[in-house]
Amino acid sequence: MGVIPVLILWPALIALLIPFLKQSKVRGIAVYVGAGGVMILALTLLISWLSGGQTVNLYQQTELIDHLMLAGELVLMVLIVYLSIKHRKYPVILLSVGQTGLLLWSETVQPVESPYHMTVDCLAMLMCIIVAFVGGLICIYAVGYMKGYHKHHTEYQDRSGFFFSMLFLFLAAMFGLVLSANLVWMYFFWEVTSVISFLLIGYTRTEEAVNNSFRALWMNLLGGLGFAIGIAVAAGTLGSVQLVDVVAAGAVIPVAMLAFAGLTKSAQLPFSSWLLGAMVAPTPSSALLHSATMVKAGVYLLIRLSPALCNTMTGMTVAFIGGFTFIAASMMAIAQNDGKKVLAFSTISNLGLIVACAGIGVEETIWAAILLMIFHSVSKSMLFQAVGSIENTMGSRDIESMHGLLLRLPRLTYIMGIGIAGMYLAPFGMLISKWVALKAFVDADNYLLVIFLAYGSATTMLYWTKWLSKLVSLHHTKEPVHDVTLPDQYLSMYVHSAATLLLCLLFPLVSTYVVDPMIVQLFGSAHEVLSMSVLTTMAIMLVSVIFVPSLMFLLTRATHRDYVPIYMGGINEGDNTYFTNSFGEPEHLYLSNWYLRFEFGMRRLMRPSVIISSGVLIVMLCVIVGGAV
Amino acid sequence: MAKLAKSPWLLHYDASSCNGCDIEVLDCTTPRYDIERFGIINTGDPFQADILLITGGINNQCESVVRQLYSQMPDPKVVVAVGICACTGGVFKDCYNIKGGVDTVIPVDVYVPGCAARPQAIIDGVVKALEILEQKRKAYSEKQEQDSRA
Amino acid sequence: MQVVSVVLYLILAPFVGALLDGFDRIISARMQGRKGPPLLQPFYDLAKLFSKQMLAVNSVQMLLNLSYLVFLAVAGAMLFAGADILMSLFILSTADMFLVMAASSDSSPFSTLGAGREMIQIMAYEPMTLLLAVGFYLATGSFQVIDIIRMPYSTVLTMPGFLIGFFFVMAIKLRKSPFDLSTSHHAHQELVKGLTTEMAGPTFAIMNIAEYYEMTLMLGIVALFFINENWWSWPIAIIACLFVFFLEILWDNVCARVKWRTLLDSCWVVTLLSGGLNGLILMLIR
Repeated sequence: MGVIPVLILWPALIALLIPFLKQSKVRGIAVYVGAGGVMILALTLLISWLSGGQTVNLYQQTELIDHLMLAGELVLMVLIVYLSIKHRKYPVILLSVGQTGLLLWSETVQPVESPYHMTVDCLAMLMCIIVAFVGGLICIYAVGYMKGYHKHHTEYQDRSGFFFSMLFLFLAAMFGLVLSANLVWMYFFWEVTSVISFLLIGYTRTEEAVNNSFRALWMNLLGGLGFAIGIAVAAGTLGSVQLVDVVAAGAVIPVAMLAFAGLTKSAQLPFSSWLLGAMVAPTPSSALLHSATMVKAGVYLLIRLSPALCNTMTGMTVAFIGGFTFIAASMMAIAQNDGKKVLAFSTISNLGLIVACAGIGVEETIWAAILLMIFHSVSKSMLFQAVGSIENTMGSRDIESMHGLLLRLPRLTYIMGIGIAGMYLAPFGMLISKWVALKAFVDADNYLLVIFLAYGSATTMLYWTKWLSKLVSLHHTKEPVHDVTLPDQYLSMYVHSAATLLLCLLFPLVSTYVVDPMIVQLFGSAHEVLSMSVLTTMAIMLVSVIFVPSLMFLLTRATHRDYVPIYMGGINEGDNTYFTNSFGEPEHLYLSNWYLRFEFGMRRLMRPSVIISSGVLIVMLCVIVGGAV
Repeated sequence: MAKLAKSPWLLHYDASSCNGCDIEVLDCTTPRYDIERFGIINTGDPFQADILLITGGINNQCESVVRQLYSQMPDPKVVVAVGICACTGGVFKDCYNIKGGVDTVIPVDVYVPGCAARPQAIIDGVVKALEILEQKRKAYSEKQEQDSRA
Repeated sequence: MQVVSVVLYLILAPFVGALLDGFDRIISARMQGRKGPPLLQPFYDLAKLFSKQMLAVNSVQMLLNLSYLVFLAVAGAMLFAGADILMSLFILSTADMFLVMAASSDSSPFSTLGAGREMIQIMAYEPMTLLLAVGFYLATGSFQVIDIIRMPYSTVLTMPGFLIGFFFVMAIKLRKSPFDLSTSHHAHQELVKGLTTEMAGPTFAIMNIAEYYEMTLMLGIVALFFINENWWSWPIAIIACLFVFFLEILWDNVCARVKWRTLLDSCWVVTLLSGGLNGLILMLIR
């Protein structure tokens, strides 16, 4: 277990080192070494944990580290205050100073002795593996990506050194966050991730980027304030700041406040806009922060809290917000033609489902939530990377310009196809989890969530299918495209797609050996959520999804076909790209997707969704806190 | 009876007709004449059609269109020229923009004269076309067999 | 028993579907004051389509169409094997996705527009199908078809709302007016033939066979509302299926095609009012 400090300090060390490496080649090597090291360290931790017990509690005496963290929090506060004054965003200061002050006051007035500060259990270990591997691969991908990015965007200052440094620092903070058992420690890492995401969103230093970064900051700080209140109340009333104690005691106010923090971090409505704004940042940071890891911190906390959420008003609220976010975000995704925006909305929407599962807080839903989390991390990070590469190659991430991408960038299109299929198709992993969630919602007598899920699935289907159909249109264009994606980018994406496929194929094993132990640890017992025969059926189905089209390909390959042009009323110009218009001139065929902007546009739906969700959130928080006091 | 003759699907194309014959073609689908009795469907899609029904003479603008539609129909297929204009160019024969009847562009199998052609005549023409279609089908399948043997 | 039922489904479904289609065309013709084609017309059509030249606009359409067929057959086989109804419905939408892919792969104006409309149609009917599965679960305590048909009473007694809702969205699946936006069985449509525009000869025949599988699957779900442990429920179920099918034909003939907005709004609202309310009541009295 001695590897834990190394695991946290190693990426931090790399982060310190990278800004001093001026040559991009040397920096690239440093990133490879750093990312490889992170993966190896995580594996070492996994092995030593597997050979040891199930749950390991660590670090009883940590006075020095506690003080260092306190100093770190003050530094973060000073940094935020400085940047807020510089950019004239004064209200942010209030939030930052407020929560740091609250924590200081709590620690001095009501000091609490912690029996231990870190815990390694199944869930923490899973998160570590996700962070190390998905995160590490994203860092490797970023090496190639940032070269292309700055070639493509000459108007922005090249701050790649800073960028990589932040990525690694972020990994360090994530490891700390998921391993912490003590809320004060967790809070420190929580704040670090908030600030790093703020710095990364503002990477390009354009006005839009700065505004969006401050929006992300204040929303996350608001969550942080909730976190701090939770800690202060827990310390005052329970005399303990251990997460397990809070959950075991089911203390209403701390749980509600921590859940609130989780909601802001996982970008649930009404706090979704920060994640949408975060899309201005370079794509690796979107992949890392906004799909694979940072937003998972929010749902991670909620999953931890879930035993205390079951059948409580807090749980009901969390489940409602999650379910509502699931359907609202998936509706708004329909109207987007920006690839990254669709991914962002889909992230929010999927997180909503996970949050809803956590809010119900029974074994089945947590089973579904954890699986959703695993699948979502891998597929979504892959999709972000693919869109980033397409953008670097084509100069646009507009879905409209991806028409017929299969013929132009086949490798990237296959990767995207696997990602998209993994996100919604039967019988890939996401859908099984959805299925279990549906059953659990019915069993929990939460009919509203059933309705949300039924309609949300339909809207989810639409935005993915129309993207996929755009990609597979066999449309020959004459513009040549030169794929500028570098080998390290492909390496990362290939590993991700292999992981997606493997995860789906080995689904029954993942369920038995990874997820079930977590349920046992969280709830003390686990019964079979889905019978083994069902899981096996699913695996067979999955094989058939890949197998059937391939078989059909082989069967039909030999058939003789006579090729003719597509039907355009008999006025093609000989090929499938031009037709004769009413002036007798050749005109280029342009086919657009459906976006239903007037029905599902953000302009129409965002404001009502925010009003409804914040209304519910405020009223319920008042009721919960008022009821508890 | 053979396969094709029981399910001939039409593609109706108006080359440069005055719409007189077109109305009569549509007339055939009404309850009074009901061509669906013979399994005939007036489809709008060359990919699924067996019989190309053309009304009006061919002019310079629609020449390439007719060729293309004809090429998009799968074999075996027949062409029926409906109305005197489609047969020969009719009263427009000497116009500067008219090439003449449909047979100036693609091979025509059945000519249905008339101005406008009566629905009974059109149905009769289609039924005649079915016989030719059947012959063509036999020739086509023989050719397929030869190809597969070769 | 299950194996027999699956094999029977896989073999007979296309024939049942084609026969029903033959009846459909005759009944529709009579409603319009026509005589109509012979009963076996769909079989003649299929035979003809298979004998035609293999025209194509690309190399993948055929394989995507075949995948559509296979997945529909699998979805139906799951229902007739007595397996999980939710799973069957999920696979149904996967199958439909392959059809959308097949149409989009052409990259032609008409089929792409048809594919877009097909997606809207899927979005319109999917909430109902999911809620339907939930309804069966609430009414019988199981998602397994085999358990549903062993209930002591017919589920239609407790879930009439779901039947109404399902009847409503079934018009989409059977491609009946007013909801035949993406492609229509009727000869004339504003989109040429919608998403089947570039399907010629054998490719189109495969699409038709897939539709017959789908039709049988839909009627199988209708039957599920009526079948219970008593033997006499089976003939009742068959009569009910035929009656529902007749109602769909009637609706097809008296209604004009609607715009996609109306389709989406009406399906979602009807789903919510019928399935949603019925489900809520079931949950409350559980």
